[in-house]
Amino acid sequence: MLHMKDVSKVYRTEMVETHALRDLNLEVRAGEFVAVTGPSGSGKTTFLNIAGMLEELTGGTYTLDGVDVKSLDDKARSKLRNEKIGFVFQSFNLIPDLNLFDNVDVPLRYRRMGRGERHKRIETALERVGLASRKKHFPAELSGGQQQRVAIARAIAGNPTLLLADEPTGNLDSQMAREVMQLLEELNEQGTIVVIVTHDPEIAARAQRNVHIVDGIAADVERGPALVHKDPKDPKSFANAETVA
Amino acid sequence: MIGYYIDLALRSLKRNLSLTVLMILAIGFGVGASMTMLTVMHVLAKDPIPQKSQVLHYVQLDPRPLRGYTPGEEPIEQSTRQDAETLVREARADHQALMTGGDATIVPAKADLDPFHIDARWTTNEFFTMFDVPFLKGGPWSPQDDANHNRVAVIGKELAEKLFGSTDVVGFTLRVETTEMRIVGVLDTWHPIPHFYDLATDPYGQGEQLYVPWTTSRDLELSRDGNMNCWDSKHDDPTVVGAPCEWIQLWVELDSDAKLSAYHDFLAGYWEDQVRAGRYERPVNIRLRNVTDYLDYNKVIPNDAKLGTYVALGFLIVCLVNTIGLLLTKFLRRSSEIGVRRALGASKASIFLQLLIESAMIGLVGGLLGLILALLGLWGIRHGVSHYADLAHLDLPMLAATIALAILASILAGLLPAWRGCQVAPALQLKSH
Repeated sequence: MLHMKDVSKVYRTEMVETHALRDLNLEVRAGEFVAVTGPSGSGKTTFLNIAGMLEELTGGTYTLDGVDVKSLDDKARSKLRNEKIGFVFQSFNLIPDLNLFDNVDVPLRYRRMGRGERHKRIETALERVGLASRKKHFPAELSGGQQQRVAIARAIAGNPTLLLADEPTGNLDSQMAREVMQLLEELNEQGTIVVIVTHDPEIAARAQRNVHIVDGIAADVERGPALVHKDPKDPKSFANAETVA
Repeated sequence: MIGYYIDLALRSLKRNLSLTVLMILAIGFGVGASMTMLTVMHVLAKDPIPQKSQVLHYVQLDPRPLRGYTPGEEPIEQSTRQDAETLVREARADHQALMTGGDATIVPAKADLDPFHIDARWTTNEFFTMFDVPFLKGGPWSPQDDANHNRVAVIGKELAEKLFGSTDVVGFTLRVETTEMRIVGVLDTWHPIPHFYDLATDPYGQGEQLYVPWTTSRDLELSRDGNMNCWDSKHDDPTVVGAPCEWIQLWVELDSDAKLSAYHDFLAGYWEDQVRAGRYERPVNIRLRNVTDYLDYNKVIPNDAKLGTYVALGFLIVCLVNTIGLLLTKFLRRSSEIGVRRALGASKASIFLQLLIESAMIGLVGGLLGLILALLGLWGIRHGVSHYADLAHLDLPMLAATIALAILASILAGLLPAWRGCQVAPALQLKSH
């Protein structure tokens, strides 16, 4: 489903060149629940942004569902993102002046679905997260946990094959965090691939597979060899993880 | 999607009301001021006889002496009586008419109505055919009336109603100065703007209510209006045949390029004849301008109207620059929403279109405000002192143009902000939100 080979991302300014990802190799298969962990600044979010086609990769190849992302123009990339990917963010990112119904409607609008189909999907998604009765409420009228559930409803309304979640429980208390995780697990059980970026070892432990990113290099914790820091002076001397075939 | 974008635009406009009001005011005032002056220009510059403006030609010759001649200069503005009468008599064009403005005292038959002055025109019978003058009753006088110096007249509807309380007055008698004239035709309302056939009288005036054959007017020595220039003082009366004075307008109708060319050749021959006869001294210098060219040549639009329009358009530009700044602020403040929409599948083009439609919505409301302000501005002009004050009315095309200008202006103002908006990096916004 998601295949990255030798992916690199470099941010350049006039003075500085920052390597956020270095020759990252990763494959995520259908039905997987993957947690991406790593220290702050390791490149987790950059990885997620590239996976979600919100940023362009500097080098390497990335294919999503068999499509070479790098070759697509903005319109095609936006269409692919809309059809294949759902996003859940740490800060929910609901649009404040749209009610829950209209927030969930946003990705469906860009898919140019008919009114009836959109309404059916919105109702189903809100029911799925237990907020159908509050569809006319605005985000500010909800708790953090409820807002995150709306964000999940928005992410799943278009039936994406891949759900990308960036610290989805980071702004929630433990009870709410458990509920959100449970929801993500249920979605995964129903066939949606979930890739979650987290700092929280408890959440990472609930994933089927952990990918650890350090200095822009990914290591598959379960299957790959532990990262070895060959030369402390050379950040590139991390041994790249053996990629999952 | 357009419906969705309109809905989003309305929500966005409501969300930040003070900024929205500021932008609407900027567009409204800019468009209002511009449309006020553009409407004045539109009225002043419109083609007064669009169906014929390309086939009617104003004749200019130059019988002045060689003294003071400068090569390339324009011939005199009007014709002498001798040239005008000769050329009309020759009848080489499809139609031709000579004319001058005049005024006359009308002595009403009604005892309760005092004598009064009216603007008049002394002309030849083809004037009415040539300029498509609309008749309510009767018709033009005949060529025989011209030839026989008959006491006949064509009057305007307003004069007929004033004198007789009716327009059905063909055959009635009208007393002009001391002469009884038989009415042969009553005109429907006809006020070509500008008064193209005689710019020497008020180009934006109300036109005439009395038309009398040229020959009759000369017999009766009816008074004339307009410019007169003489270059020799050997005649006591500058209006007699042979007087070296220009004071008559001469128009011809030529409905093809071939006829125009032939008539030009005829005038050149006439010029040579006049040189041989000792009347003309200058080299051939003929002008045959159609209505459009004639109005352009005479710079018929007043300078104050032009200046006002330039100032108003400058004001519109200032308002647009302000609107650009306000839209930039508004759109970039919504970077996080734009980031979310991009993440959820909106392309840059979709965001650009969404923001542009929001700009257009501001333009639509600004246009309605501009329309009200333009109507107020035109009301102000109508109550001013300019000689075109009465004409300052907004017609349907200008009403549509007001709304269109407002929308176009706001779309133009929205281009840069919308472009900047669609360039927002979603990844950055989603993390920092």
